[in-house]
Amino acid sequence: MEIPKSFLGYKRENGRSGTRNHVIILPVDDISNACAEAVANNIKGTIALPHSYGRLQFGADLELHFRTMIGTGSNPNVAAVIVIGIEPKWTKKIVDGIAKTGKPVEGFHIERTGDIGTVMKASKKAQEYVMWASEKQREECPISDLWISVKCGESDTTSGLAANPTVGNLMDKLEPLGVHLCFGETSELTGAEKVCATRGATKEASDKFMKTWSAYNDFILKEATDDLSESQPTAGNIAGGLTTIEEKAFGNFQKIGNCKFVDVLEPAEEPKKGKGLYFMDTSSAAAECVTLQAAAGFNIHLFPTGQGNIVGNPIEPVVKLTANPLTVKGMGEHIDCDVSKILSREMNMSQAGDKLIETTLKVANGRLTCAEALGHREFVMTKLYRSA
Amino acid sequence: MATDIIIHDQKDNVGVVVIEKITPKQDCKCWIMENDSSTTIQSVDEIPLGHKIAMADLKEGDTILKYGHDIGKVVKAIKKGEHVHVHNVKTKKW
Repeated sequence: MEIPKSFLGYKRENGRSGTRNHVIILPVDDISNACAEAVANNIKGTIALPHSYGRLQFGADLELHFRTMIGTGSNPNVAAVIVIGIEPKWTKKIVDGIAKTGKPVEGFHIERTGDIGTVMKASKKAQEYVMWASEKQREECPISDLWISVKCGESDTTSGLAANPTVGNLMDKLEPLGVHLCFGETSELTGAEKVCATRGATKEASDKFMKTWSAYNDFILKEATDDLSESQPTAGNIAGGLTTIEEKAFGNFQKIGNCKFVDVLEPAEEPKKGKGLYFMDTSSAAAECVTLQAAAGFNIHLFPTGQGNIVGNPIEPVVKLTANPLTVKGMGEHIDCDVSKILSREMNMSQAGDKLIETTLKVANGRLTCAEALGHREFVMTKLYRSA
Repeated sequence: MATDIIIHDQKDNVGVVVIEKITPKQDCKCWIMENDSSTTIQSVDEIPLGHKIAMADLKEGDTILKYGHDIGKVVKAIKKGEHVHVHNVKTKKW
């Protein structure tokens, strides 16, 4: 198949391109959720991103909170941002971070004004933003403007046999065209970590990966109370035939095809070394991982599943594929791309990769994903440790 | 063309059932992806879609190979054609 050289996206002030045109209402902290949701309810076409944290965090955990907030607002799928927090200082820090992209952003703090006054002020600004954003038109963008993140979930053995290698096939075909790519799931590479390390493009990248994996594995061993049964693999994984974390890891690893990773990113860290594949240090929980990848600037996500994970994200469209015919039959409303014919050998991996590229470009051009149509907007902040 | 079991790598001692289920004493057609070759096996147990079948007799302490790699250890002897899962295989990691 000849791969299209462009897609229709929204060009942003900083040169990036978006596959979506969201106006978001971003709460700085848990107690500002009510206000943010009230604004989004008042002003149609905006979306609030409620979450559970943002108070009394400190050190690396606080840095990650700010990086995730600023990165989410800065993502090219977002046209404009309203930031609402309880206190002025942290609210301003997030506004200033997002403002560096050149996009419209304004902050409101609730202290001394209360929810009702803040909702009124923020709603007026949100209305202005959403009407401005609604005038934006999709324009032709080079395919290299796609930043594609990947993560698998509710995996079973069909994931490693077919759905994950389909993503790998797409990576092998799109990497030479200059796209950015990202995989994560540090803990779910356990058992395949040494093989994964050999895929670093440089010795520095390989060493950084092993250091990152070892730190995560040490943390799991320290906190583990038993053999992690039904956490890794999950009960769903086991029902689908996956027996051990090693088996799950080698299946997971199929997603990167033959690509080599150029760098290892901190959670929610924006890639800085140009095009190519990056590894990000993330949890293997779906919503946490996708939230971190979206905050790093990725504008479309590919999510292979076996037993049928249903996750979505408020700003980054999540394209789901599966090779499990029972999942297609039982919960087809969640599946954007069916590659189950690989198992019956009526479709080969290259044909499946082409089918996924077609689906990905349709979604990049504006077709809703199943998760978007079903209202899945899971926005889950990663928290590193307890607050002070 | 019909395939009942797919095996990732020539070195693997397990295969994955890719039809809805296989029944005891079924003569199954297997496809090895790595080198596009075929083999057959007779099942002992009923095994559902996505679950693994032993391609050889395995004794306690043996290593399970899938994708050509170590994915865990046998904790209870397994006969060729039997179901391989959490009841007879454990991780070597956690």
